[in-house]
Amino acid sequence: MKQQDFEHQHQALWEHLEELLATASMKETVGALRGLPANYRQVCHHLALAKHRRYSPFLVDRLNEIVVACHNLLYSQSARFRYQWLRFLLVDYPCVLHNNRRFIWAATFLFVGPFIALGLLCYFDPDFIYSVMDWEQVRQMESMYDPAARVLGREREADTDLLMFGHYIQNNIGIAFREFAGGIFFGVITVVVLIFNGVVLGAVTGHLTQLGYISTFYPFVIGHGSFELTAIVLSGAAGLKLGMALIDPGSAMRLAALRTAGREAVQIVLGAAVMLLIAAFLEAFWSSKASLSIPLKIGVGALLWILVLGYLMFAGRSHRRAGADSVN
Amino acid sequence: MGNVFLGSGSFISTGVLVETPESIDLEAEPAGIVVRGLAFTIDFLIRAIVLFVLGLALAFSGEAGMGVMLISWFLLEWFYPVFFEVFRAGQTPGKKKMGLRVVNDDLTPVGWGTSMIRNLLRWADFFPVLYTAGLATMAWNRYSQRLGDLAAGTLVIYSRKESMRSAGSDIRANPPPFQLEREDQVAFVGFAQRSQQLSEQRQQELADILGPLLPVHASQRVDYVRAVGQWLLGGRQ
Repeated sequence: MKQQDFEHQHQALWEHLEELLATASMKETVGALRGLPANYRQVCHHLALAKHRRYSPFLVDRLNEIVVACHNLLYSQSARFRYQWLRFLLVDYPCVLHNNRRFIWAATFLFVGPFIALGLLCYFDPDFIYSVMDWEQVRQMESMYDPAARVLGREREADTDLLMFGHYIQNNIGIAFREFAGGIFFGVITVVVLIFNGVVLGAVTGHLTQLGYISTFYPFVIGHGSFELTAIVLSGAAGLKLGMALIDPGSAMRLAALRTAGREAVQIVLGAAVMLLIAAFLEAFWSSKASLSIPLKIGVGALLWILVLGYLMFAGRSHRRAGADSVN
Repeated sequence: MGNVFLGSGSFISTGVLVETPESIDLEAEPAGIVVRGLAFTIDFLIRAIVLFVLGLALAFSGEAGMGVMLISWFLLEWFYPVFFEVFRAGQTPGKKKMGLRVVNDDLTPVGWGTSMIRNLLRWADFFPVLYTAGLATMAWNRYSQRLGDLAAGTLVIYSRKESMRSAGSDIRANPPPFQLEREDQVAFVGFAQRSQQLSEQRQQELADILGPLLPVHASQRVDYVRAVGQWLLGGRQ
């Protein structure tokens, strides 16, 4: 069949589809798209014929374009389930964490290990802090939590709270994202970030405890600490997962392993980002309130820790797949 | 990665072929470093301008304004591309301007997960300075994918422009002077359909390649080749 006859014969169908595709999306009523699968197969057939018969590149292009657009429409994922986010929170996310627990344990070790080590060192040796930070940083940190100065009690303006909220979001979530992204360099950057954070936070905690600034430091950090420290570990775990996929891809090709790992890792890191958002809110609007009594702050803080750890350990338990990665 | 030796054509062609369940090959052409760099520059300028304007607007609202500014900065830095890629069919304003589109490597539209991966890994592409890692990866890899694309399994392809579809009805059809092979027929038809996009000199130049084979005077070669193309397309006037 000559090309022009072929075009003439099927022109109506193509034009109909092009018109439909220009406006349609899956969200529209199914009625408008009725018959699309059949028409799509028809055009696939036309494309195959056009290629086989060496019709002109323009016709092949045009049919290819229709086929691609139909393909996209038919095969795109649609979020039809309204409560998907709830299911994600209660089932899917905990399952992802469970499947990746070896990375979470590794990240915990890399973070908590230096934390405890530096905490003890700085607790027993008042000068050890200076091998971690310079003099100016130490002075600032001390003055912030000095119970005598009650600087932390600076009754901040609501404006300042908002500023700090913005700062915590921009800074902390940014760090978590980098911790994840750095994993692609065989996990090296993730490991460094985890250890670095463990070292600095451990040193600060040990040093302030040794100075006896307990009544100011602990009530301040316990409130948001649960979410913040957990999120540091989780985004670290996501980074380690990326890195490990490249170091030990198993039976898959490195790129394929990286992609598979990326799908779950990005979910872990997004969960961590949500946690950091909560932490930023708490740190800006709750932890900094000097007017609240210390027992209240400690109590709420402890409750939040129980909540977070309980979520990590127990959520989605009944849905966990038995026997998936049996490490630990 | 082994795929270099699949065939002699694979050294040159960067095209992507994807087979659908209907066993049709979809074709797409990945975009290279320069055009993607330009798209990035446009997006970068847009973000910079938005932040600048926001900065001016919030300059007098004190620390609260600064807080809003920081949050906006965070959102623009990490989620600007994600937003457009998910809601605007894979096109940030810069990519749209340059005629590019982000798709999964099976040419389906990107979703939240993949878009997040490729854009969070933007930082790794930037590492250590000025997108060194990303540029190196793009140069090394066949489909110009940066690290984020590799991890997410995405491609940046040219979204085709509307192309001219008929050979033009002004041309009279003329049977070929002798039996033509398939490849030759495709060439004639292609010339007939694309000739309006080419300058007259270029048309003449291409027609002259056939010079002695055509039974017409040099000045009529272009029209003659187009007429043969039209005839091969099925024209009979």
